[in-house]
Amino acid sequence: MYGLGVAKGMLVVLKRLLRRPVTRQYPEEPAPLAPRFRGYDFAWVEERCTGCATCAKACPHGCIEIVTHPSEDGRYSIDVFDVDTGLCMVCGLCVEACPYDALYMGRGFELAQYQRGDLVAHKEDIANRALLSAYYRTPFQEQVGTRENIQGFYQPIKGLEKAPAAKPQG
Amino acid sequence: MLPTQPYMVNMGPQHPSTHGVLRLRLVLDGETVLDAEPVLGYLHSSKEKLQEEHTYLQTIPITDRMDYLSAMNNNLGCALAIEKLAGIQVPERATYIRVIMSELQRIASHCFAQGTLLQDMGAWGTPLMYFLYEREQILDIFEMVCGARLTYNYIRPGGVSQDLPPEFFPLVRKFLAEFPAQLDDYERYLKDNEILRARTVGIGVFPRELAINASATGPTLRASGVPWDIRKADPYCCYDRLEFEVPVGQRGDCYDRFMMRLYEMRESLSIIHQALELLPPGEWKAPVPLVIRPQPGDAYAHIESPRGELGYYLVSDGGASPWRFHVRAPCFINLTALRDLLVGHKVADVVVIVGSIDIVMGEVDR
Repeated sequence: MYGLGVAKGMLVVLKRLLRRPVTRQYPEEPAPLAPRFRGYDFAWVEERCTGCATCAKACPHGCIEIVTHPSEDGRYSIDVFDVDTGLCMVCGLCVEACPYDALYMGRGFELAQYQRGDLVAHKEDIANRALLSAYYRTPFQEQVGTRENIQGFYQPIKGLEKAPAAKPQG
Repeated sequence: MLPTQPYMVNMGPQHPSTHGVLRLRLVLDGETVLDAEPVLGYLHSSKEKLQEEHTYLQTIPITDRMDYLSAMNNNLGCALAIEKLAGIQVPERATYIRVIMSELQRIASHCFAQGTLLQDMGAWGTPLMYFLYEREQILDIFEMVCGARLTYNYIRPGGVSQDLPPEFFPLVRKFLAEFPAQLDDYERYLKDNEILRARTVGIGVFPRELAINASATGPTLRASGVPWDIRKADPYCCYDRLEFEVPVGQRGDCYDRFMMRLYEMRESLSIIHQALELLPPGEWKAPVPLVIRPQPGDAYAHIESPRGELGYYLVSDGGASPWRFHVRAPCFINLTALRDLLVGHKVADVVVIVGSIDIVMGEVDR
């Protein structure tokens, strides 16, 4: 009989009508992010970074720029550590490449800026943000991956206790 | 009857039903298509050439951007080709994780293909939203596993980038428990729908011989009655240890191609069930250096992506980046027979036929 298929389909639609909606009103009600979420707000630990530029070589698009000069204590001091988040495609290869665990992906995804130049995250912007980092690559870091434990994990690093409070993330 | 003369109409590139930027040059007589010519290249981003500048590890995130609706399968094909080229052994656990991810991605991709095909037919919104509801759950699982929802960069040469988190198993089991009932609902909703049948049955018939001649693969070929599936014909990962059926159509029209995807989702569910049962403990990644330098030579690896045979042909000259990186994109090759499918149909059917062969322009133009 013609129309029987449509009628059967409409029963399914009626069933769906009673299902609880899953829509989230995004700006007011942000979605929960997974712990491994790879976002833009890069976190960088200056004390751990040796300026080896492994992350810059690992980046497929070359969005990390590092300039160093040798300092008195035998290490390299880092003059420039710029991450061009406008080029970045959040693949996470830089984070995985870092042999000293100095760079992390962040949780940010609201990237809009008025100037293209504002998309470049400078050294000061990304330093001491490890508390906000989201992307843990070693099993050990996965084990200690809760927020409280990370604070304990990073306590020995000097300067980090002055880390800014977690700014509201979308 | 008024005397008419043929005229040419440009469909696309900015047409909502062409799944991106496909341009079709149609020669029409009234509403009947006399000739059709797909014009490609509007989304060409030179990804194959770009890969020759990258190290082997860096090629993986670029493959995400080709077929962005099934990025896991793209990662998998590229990783298999690199492993073949460099002779890397993959741990057992990684092969099972790859199969689970690849099949979840197949379900997500087919969900989107079904939804957009129905939207092209005029079922505006409702079925698409139903299918996206299911797809979102899979994307949530992917976000938990690898941190991204669309461009995963998860499957790497030598294994996968991270192990499955412990929260993964309850969530995926919940999905596996709930999805078959939803799929039954969708089948009831759509299978016997008179409007859908009127729009698809007998439309765009892809004859068996022509499909083989045009090297069509995937659901497009199987709907024409050829049981050709790379997972069975040349098993990769651990597909030879899993039991599943290859659904085959009879007529090769749009309706069969539509139903193929519904059936394939069921088979994927059964594969995920088996792979979760058999998932062994152990390492998930072989030790692979950051910069792989394979011996000079070439390798071809192919997988069954949701759209057909996805092949990667890599040539190495011993350096850190591939000397040649070629992708056999299933969408591109399925498009080659488009003229034979379109001629003789009405303009409204063009939309359905293009939707039913499920193209992703990012992969067609690469």
